[in-house]
Amino acid sequence: MNFLQCFRLALKAIWSSKIRSLLTMLGIIIGVSAVITIVGLGNGMELYMTEQFASLGTTTLTVNITGRGSSRSISDDEMYALVEENPAVLDAVTPTVSVMGSAKIGRDTLSSTVTGVGEDYLSIKGYTIAQGRGIQYTDILNRQKVCVIGSYVALEYFGGAAVGETIRISGSPYTVAGVLNEISDSTSESGSDNLILIPYTNAAKMSFMGSISSYTFTAVDEDSVTAAKTVVEDALYDFYEDDNAYSVIAMSEILDIMNDMIDIMVTILAGIAAISLVVGGVGIMNIMLVSVSERTREIGIRKSLGARQRDILFQFVIEAAVTSAIGGILGILFGYLFSSAASAVIVALLDTDMAVTPTAGSILMAFGISVAIGVVFGYLPARKAARLNPIDALHYD
Amino acid sequence: MYETPAVSPAPSLIEFRDVYKLYQMGDETVRAVDGVSFTIRKGEFAAIVGQSGSGKSTCMNIIGCLDIPTSGQYLLGGEDVGQMNDNQLAALRNRTLGFIFQQYNLIPKLNVLENVELPLLYGGVRTSERARRAQAALERAGLSSKLQTYPNQLSGGQQQRVSIARALAGDPSVILADEPTGALDSKTGREVLHFLEELHRQGNTIVLITHDNSIAAHAQRIIRLEDGKVIYDGPSGGKGSVVQADEESEGTA
Repeated sequence: MNFLQCFRLALKAIWSSKIRSLLTMLGIIIGVSAVITIVGLGNGMELYMTEQFASLGTTTLTVNITGRGSSRSISDDEMYALVEENPAVLDAVTPTVSVMGSAKIGRDTLSSTVTGVGEDYLSIKGYTIAQGRGIQYTDILNRQKVCVIGSYVALEYFGGAAVGETIRISGSPYTVAGVLNEISDSTSESGSDNLILIPYTNAAKMSFMGSISSYTFTAVDEDSVTAAKTVVEDALYDFYEDDNAYSVIAMSEILDIMNDMIDIMVTILAGIAAISLVVGGVGIMNIMLVSVSERTREIGIRKSLGARQRDILFQFVIEAAVTSAIGGILGILFGYLFSSAASAVIVALLDTDMAVTPTAGSILMAFGISVAIGVVFGYLPARKAARLNPIDALHYD
Repeated sequence: MYETPAVSPAPSLIEFRDVYKLYQMGDETVRAVDGVSFTIRKGEFAAIVGQSGSGKSTCMNIIGCLDIPTSGQYLLGGEDVGQMNDNQLAALRNRTLGFIFQQYNLIPKLNVLENVELPLLYGGVRTSERARRAQAALERAGLSSKLQTYPNQLSGGQQQRVSIARALAGDPSVILADEPTGALDSKTGREVLHFLEELHRQGNTIVLITHDNSIAAHAQRIIRLEDGKVIYDGPSGGKGSVVQADEESEGTA
């Protein structure tokens, strides 16, 4: 008997007891669909993360200075000098100073984040001006009381045309010099468009320390991020002689770490889901053993007509493998359904465009594994069938 | 093959040479077949007759290559079956034997044509050839109109004819019929026996196993077994074929 005949026979046997076959496949269906959905979820998360980090800039280095154990803090001029001295790896730098004080328009207190920045901040972040101008070098040098606001602030408080208006920040009046284009897809209070940028020199004066504790560098390109990080770290170590006094974080490193974490999580979850594949395999073995008992007489007849042990073994192994493979295919379909359902739910609930995307690799693997499970767990019952004594089998009732 | 003179009898197909089959039942040794020798030649219609426990079923299992003797030799078509492994036995069954069982033993999930094709399937016959030969066998059994029918839709007599067609499809050297009328009413049983007689006239070798003397009477030759020994071997209707004889006759036809 060749493979095709065994295959047709197996389909016939599966079709002739549909409910039982479906129940037999259930473990495999659940296992495969769970694995595919989980892997798809992890994959979607990774894609989403990568996208988000790319918008933050994968060439970005963030420097935080705690200044521990030092009486003097590194100056902004020294940081700017670092970029000028290393044009091969470093592209630009901007101080970023968070302002704690409140921003007010008339009597309204704004929920906006107020940040003191350098003139290169917009280009580093990839922000663009919609109206007016950005923060300029002379603003910083002269501590001009000017600000650039996000599209949310402009729309919400000034009806769009905000240039020339006044915002009070920590009591001082600031003139709006420019308005940014929309940064995020949807302008909202909690989004990144609710921001106010002022010259960092002003912001530094408002902070307690009077010094700047945070900088953002950009490397020339993604390949030079590591070299750029070394340059910045070396310069900071030369100054503080203590590597606890500062921290330098590359965005690409964070992305790598997060992706690694997602991978580990997905592997663990997929592993747990895969346990149900093993349970499904045991289910197949159980049903095949029952099936062999029920069909003892058929096995006897086949043997009396000249079926070899190998023929019977093949017949039952292929039946188990086909059962399992059909379960695998159904599991893949359900996995797709669950994935698209999960995508829809995530989009609806979390207002992000994350899509759960099952990979071709995970689908092929799921199919391969389910066939393998059928073969492995079908082998024992099939061998039992193949070794039946034809005389006993013929007289079995 | 040796060149045989025209006057010599047909070549021997089934040859038992002092065959024993012993079973261990607890402390007791059961002698199911106790030193049996006989020869059945090509073209014969022989009946092996005996009551239950006479050893006829064990003989039939050995003839059918489903079992091998404890000692002694069984030659089927000149080949020593006792020396064969499982696969060789299966191949031998497939090539040389056609079984007809009391309970028909058709596979309920397969239709009539597929049932008859089974031995050809295991013999590695190609698809088109398989269908052709199976249809021819079913035609001989008068079932050409039932190819797509399933066994449970047929009467007992029809099912038995399907199983005869299955036995014929592989063109075997020996047709081995084990109580072929046991599950049929007497009229249908007679039809099946007449069909077997017709097959014999067409040149087939038939071995019939039965406990019923009136059925055995359809055969040319009767081998009567009792307690694992041959107590009569001769033409049907001959002296001692029905009445139990005291002396054993050696296996010559």
